Amino acid sequence: MTHEQPVVSFDRRDFLKMAGAATGVAAMAAARAGQAADATPPGLIDVNTYLSRWPLRRLRGDDTAEHVSMLRRQGVVQAWAGSFDGLLHRDIATVNARLADECRRHGDGLLVPFGSVNPKLPVWENDLRQCVEEHRMPGIRLHPNYHGYKLDDPDFAKLLRLAAERGLLVQLVLIMEDERTMHPMLRAEPTDTKSLAGLVKKTPGLRLALLNSQRVLRAQAMADLVAAGDVCLDIAMLEGVGGIASLLVKTPLNRVLFGSHTPMFYFESALLKLQESPLSDEQARAIRCDNARRLLVKNG
Amino acid sequence: MATFNLEIWDVHTHLFGVPGDTPEARLGNLLEYADRLGIARLCVFMGMNFSYDPSPEAMRQENDEVLRALRRFPDRAFGFVYLNPRHTRASLDELNRCVRDGPMVGVKLWVAQHCNEPSLDPIVERATELKAPVLQHAWWKITGNLPGESTPTDVAELAARHPRATIICAHTGGDWERGIRAIRPHPRVYVELSGGDPTAGFTEMAVREVGAERVLYGSDAGGRSFASQLAKVLGADISDTAKRLILAGNIKRILQPILREKGINL
Repeated sequence: MTHEQPVVSFDRRDFLKMAGAATGVAAMAAARAGQAADATPPGLIDVNTYLSRWPLRRLRGDDTAEHVSMLRRQGVVQAWAGSFDGLLHRDIATVNARLADECRRHGDGLLVPFGSVNPKLPVWENDLRQCVEEHRMPGIRLHPNYHGYKLDDPDFAKLLRLAAERGLLVQLVLIMEDERTMHPMLRAEPTDTKSLAGLVKKTPGLRLALLNSQRVLRAQAMADLVAAGDVCLDIAMLEGVGGIASLLVKTPLNRVLFGSHTPMFYFESALLKLQESPLSDEQARAIRCDNARRLLVKNG
Repeated sequence: MATFNLEIWDVHTHLFGVPGDTPEARLGNLLEYADRLGIARLCVFMGMNFSYDPSPEAMRQENDEVLRALRRFPDRAFGFVYLNPRHTRASLDELNRCVRDGPMVGVKLWVAQHCNEPSLDPIVERATELKAPVLQHAWWKITGNLPGESTPTDVAELAARHPRATIICAHTGGDWERGIRAIRPHPRVYVELSGGDPTAGFTEMAVREVGAERVLYGSDAGGRSFASQLAKVLGADISDTAKRLILAGNIKRILQPILREKGINL
């Protein structure tokens, strides 16, 4: 019966898997989905994680080694990492150099660095060049609401054009945290996307991943953006019961990416969303890894 | 073979934000999602189309919708009666109708009036007589609260006037680092985790500051995801004992007296 009171039962093997807090949800997901222990789901590609320190709070996982350990326990096989330092530091070149170095030193290839570029800084084009030529980054991560520009700014259009020409994947973060609970001395209005669809259409070759977009984008704006070009969305700030299932009604499957927004958010939030919605194996696999993998493969 | 049971009760759910044309259909759909995450019971309140400041008639209609849904799923859901302290007499009548004489087991107060207003006193006193917990919405929004929207400080003031009342501080202010501090001195006020982003550290701070016995899991589904809110407990760096308390143990303890009076044995 669908509505009989469920009691979550685990055998001893599952319990031992749950002993660590972080591994618990992965084990529970497998156990509750009735999957055989050997039917390992495909590894996760997390497109939305950060290194270094959030300016307003210490986070479990703001030490890179600890963060990598958590990601591995949760079944992440690749994590696209930006740097919290990229929000407020003005010496972006050293932010990106540290990010690249951290990704090299930890995780044996698990971490893929996405550098910060602030198109309102003088000679920002050099930061972009370094991301590609020196750090071999496959993409960049932008935070317009922390860098003080709107998306109709000509410098932003130029940045998108240059990124597309260099084959970089552009991650655009619309918000880092709920604007209602921001620190009063550090408020960053959500990025307004009304001009973005038009810009996407005018930028040939652009591949764009919107992170933390669900609180900001209304349904029509999301549909317009997805229709405008090669635009994907992550699930980190997706809310509502059965959120992924609802999203897939409005958005093509190949545009949905797994993103955790860790260590700011509990990793289990994104992971459990895969369980909350009834997804076919094909849908789950696409979101867990295939869509993200295809995005990077396009880099050549 | 050894078995480990993880029981989960959600203290904060709604009929809105869920597909379905009837209250029964909506609660049924909500339960299907809850089933996928192993959530055994839901506390549900407010109707299919809620209002900030309901008239006595609207209040009654919203509670009727919840009562309809509860009748379909009596073993899966508990109801909290939605009241508006701006209509004190009507609220007391509704409290009697739905809790004293009906199946509901708690009170939900939202944003019609700040909860430190004296008009709440008779409601909280009556709820306490009936052994019903009072769940009070509370936010601290840097973008500005609604005119009658309470803060955790308001909740603390209410609790100071009613030391015997069991009060659940829903959302703990959203700005939980302030909210937890505001209600910390009041031992019968509970930190409730629902409704905000799954920001890491919330649950750990709550357990550290007030103890796991005063922390409750809630989701605010269907507006929120069960998953994102459950992650606040399952992903927290706290003991398994603490998780069991937060996920079900505490709310079972809170509701046990009123459930016993209604002849419901857990």
